[in-house]
Amino acid sequence: MKKYDVIVVGAGHNGLTNGAFLAKAGLDVLVIEKNDYIGGATVSRNLHKDWKYSNCSYVCSLFRPEIYRDLNLAKHGLQVVTYNGGFTLTEGGDYLGSYNDHERMRREIYRHSPVDVDAYDRFGTEMAKWCRFIRPMLLRTPPDPTSFKFRDLDELAFLAKKFGELGSKDLHDFMRFFTISVADYLDQFFTSDLVKAHKAGSGIIGTGLGPMSPGSAYVMLHHYMGDVDGSMGAWGFARGGMGSIATALCGAFQEYGGELRTGSGVDKILVTNGRVRGVVLENGDEIQADRVVSNLDAKRTFLQILDPKDAGEKVVKAAKRFKIRGSSGKLNIALNGVPEFPALPKGSRLIHGDFHIVDNMEAYERAYDDWKDGRFSKNPYIDALIPTLTDPTMAPEGKHFMSVFVQYCPPSVNGREWTDELVKEFGDNVIDHIAKYSPNFKDLIEHVEVRTPREIENEAGLTQGNIFHGELTLDQLMFNRPFPGYAQYRGPVNGMYMCGSSTHPGGGVMAAPGANAAREILMDMKLSTTVPEDASDD
Amino acid sequence: MRDLSGQNHYLSAVRATPFYEKQKAVDLVNTWHRWQGYTVPDVLDNVTVEYFAIRNSASVFDITPMSKYRIKGPDALAFMNRLLPRDMTKLRVGRVGYTVWCDDEGMVIDDGTVFRVAEDEYWLCAQERQLEVLKRNAIGFQIEYAEITDEVAALSFQGPVTCKILKNAGFAGIETMKMFDLRFFDFPDGEIMISRSGYTGDLGYEVWVQNDQAEAIWDTLFEAGKHYDIRAIGGDALEIARVEAGLIAAHVEFSPANETVRPGHAKSPYELGLGWLVKLDKGVVFNGRRALMKEKKNGSRHRFVKLDVEGNKTACNAYLFDKKHGKQIGHVSSTAWAPTAKKNIALGFVDMPHGEIGTEVWAEIYYMKELKWNTRWAKCTVMKDAAWNPPRKTLTPPADF
Ligand SMILES: Cc1cc2nc3c(=O)[nH]c(=O)nc-3n(C[C@H](O)[C@H](O)[C@H](O)COP(=O)(O)OP(=O)(O)OC[C@H]3O[C@@H](n4cnc5c(N)ncnc54)[C@H](O)[C@@H]3O)c2cc1C
Repeated sequence: MKKYDVIVVGAGHNGLTNGAFLAKAGLDVLVIEKNDYIGGATVSRNLHKDWKYSNCSYVCSLFRPEIYRDLNLAKHGLQVVTYNGGFTLTEGGDYLGSYNDHERMRREIYRHSPVDVDAYDRFGTEMAKWCRFIRPMLLRTPPDPTSFKFRDLDELAFLAKKFGELGSKDLHDFMRFFTISVADYLDQFFTSDLVKAHKAGSGIIGTGLGPMSPGSAYVMLHHYMGDVDGSMGAWGFARGGMGSIATALCGAFQEYGGELRTGSGVDKILVTNGRVRGVVLENGDEIQADRVVSNLDAKRTFLQILDPKDAGEKVVKAAKRFKIRGSSGKLNIALNGVPEFPALPKGSRLIHGDFHIVDNMEAYERAYDDWKDGRFSKNPYIDALIPTLTDPTMAPEGKHFMSVFVQYCPPSVNGREWTDELVKEFGDNVIDHIAKYSPNFKDLIEHVEVRTPREIENEAGLTQGNIFHGELTLDQLMFNRPFPGYAQYRGPVNGMYMCGSSTHPGGGVMAAPGANAAREILMDMKLSTTVPEDASDD
Repeated sequence: MRDLSGQNHYLSAVRATPFYEKQKAVDLVNTWHRWQGYTVPDVLDNVTVEYFAIRNSASVFDITPMSKYRIKGPDALAFMNRLLPRDMTKLRVGRVGYTVWCDDEGMVIDDGTVFRVAEDEYWLCAQERQLEVLKRNAIGFQIEYAEITDEVAALSFQGPVTCKILKNAGFAGIETMKMFDLRFFDFPDGEIMISRSGYTGDLGYEVWVQNDQAEAIWDTLFEAGKHYDIRAIGGDALEIARVEAGLIAAHVEFSPANETVRPGHAKSPYELGLGWLVKLDKGVVFNGRRALMKEKKNGSRHRFVKLDVEGNKTACNAYLFDKKHGKQIGHVSSTAWAPTAKKNIALGFVDMPHGEIGTEVWAEIYYMKELKWNTRWAKCTVMKDAAWNPPRKTLTPPADF
């Protein structure tokens, strides 16, 4: 029977990235995916007529450009197209537009609050400082602060140097930044509640935190630290849907000789005498390998596919405690035309970007209260986009696909499992909510895919539907991700590794965890690395 | 052209100043750029001709996009003295002062001019927006501050014949105004302000009007100057004049401290050659004082230099060296062939202690001729004064031309 050098469990974008770099190094790699399709939460599927949806993730910014380039993803069909701005609708019938164009952005803020124009620049400068700090960390393995290995000391010294570079004022601000709430953080800059509300959304997306919960400011940074073509904080569409990212990664993986097997998941990682031996699939097939890499989140990895006896009591406990609360839902909608938003002036092209509802900070917190009480938010925050206004490939001519990300949506409703009726209720509530701002919206709807944490968990395999494979709070970041002592992509048994978003630098379509894990594996195998280094902003 | 007024930025990404139509009418080349949200010309006819209007006759340049603020109240003086490193008690009513202002680390946020229009009222004119800086610093002071950028239209009127033209236009007594004086004059639809100030290092004035007086003041100047070569000019000609005059520009000579991301990339007033603006012992605390005292004691990192560059190749983006093929000690920030001084000049920065007046530094200059790149080493002499600093800049009353 064939024995692989490495088996990667899961064909999410990180599993594929990991596989691609290992295959590039000449290893014999097999990626095993439970679904018939690849991509995990980076997926595009055809569920209705000629429409293609980006079923989970819907926009791209975090993806490391070094990986994009190194794996030649353009050749494998990937194109990421920047979109321009967006808008937040107000209850009073107005809107706040956002523009990538700095001067236009300033004028729009000026329309609402002149002093916040200046604040906006100050805010942008400060966010750029934190991005400059954090971005070089993305393609590095976090140091273990308790280790005295040369490499860890080197990495710690690198960190210390970066801290040292910040002046004392910046250092103070930076330390606070990681623990402060997004509401408190924005209060340091803006006076207009609308401007704050517009900015706050990215502090709560995908997280079981409210805007007033400590730690949410970092979540905002997590959405800012990406770029498209060097334009920091910008987001883009993957042409053909987010699934194109997975397809391109898979193309690179296979070009380097990697093998893909879909349609049956891994049931268990086989371990003998503290050493990985291979995997057994749900269909009973056994496949041998010297190394197994899990693309699954920390809970699924350590509580499901690894035997607790192999994982050991400490790891099992840490995995149980790992915070991975589901808090988001999503609607994918096939539309017969472009919905009208009377608040937008005629001639505005802002509809090509992302749009939001929730125009004040209090309303955010109320939406969060609903979630804490075990209900979906009555007036949720939505992050909606119509990619087909830009991308000609995803819907028939004149028709559109609208992606509606919804915060908050609980993993169970009032402690009870989701039912189909409840899922429908959730979807209808979101549609009614949008229809308040768009009179023709409902008439345009042809088909809706409603996804609560139940669907996200069952289909994409994200525990509780947590989009980041675990909360992005300081206790679960850097050398704490997923838990202290296990942040360097190695599992508790020899030959076992992790490469999913539960590892540093966390969730989002970033490909960094997969790449970092590959670098560690190659290092253990004493092979020279195929993973590119950070290209540096300076 | 689309409607460029107001906030219709979903239709147009730029705004028109009240002088837009007037400039458009004399625009022959259609080359414009964006300045603080407004569209303004680079050139209207020909850069050289426009430059010589500054140095030979009279030039009219639209400075409406400058950020303008009014600060008023019983504590106005105390407030300005707190914000600015200059000793503001010395700035009398009717006077204008050039100044910088700093953050707590003593790094320059911006530079601009302060107009003391009344005992308890100042105008501040800056390159970058300063509304929030005013707001944050106003705490505890009895003042009111307001942004007047969009209410006040302004022209920079520069050149040796400008005083004569203003006299022709009937601004009685204009010739008695000294450099950095400001005065109000009667004009249809309300008083206007004229200051003897500018960004060219030459004789010149700045004229401040309400938006609805903009076209009238434009016509007045051009009518009164019709026998001289009065010209509307674009930003390119002004740029040559400001380098010739040795004046610094935001985002060119310094990165405004509030917008600077990288540690150590902002500059202090001393490092910009503006130590003369800093009065550490003026008797009151001002923003950045502690850091500036420290810098004064321990020394600065860089020195601002005005260079006379050997040869005729401009030292665009060049590194500076201590000697030919020597150690890199700095860089050039601005360059020009100075058409009046007839010199090849540059502004730049060198590490301390290099760059004392009269000493030499070297530039490695890359230049292209018909798509072929060449390189040349040029000796640069650190000048004491700007390349162009004529007596007429300050002479009162000015000569007619
Ligand atoms: C609704 C939603 C919206 C999002 N929006 C965005 C966005 O717009 N932009 C962005 O950057 N990020 C977004 N994210 C986050 C981002 O999509 C994820 O963090 C990222 O895709 C996770 O990638 P991964 O490779 O680490 O894991 P996954 O994509 O979760 O991949 C894990 C893979 O393992 C497979 N698997 C599970 N169990 C087994 C098993 N036992 N055997 C074999 N295979 C198995 C799964 O099917 C899956 O393919 C969103 C996520 C969600 C859910």
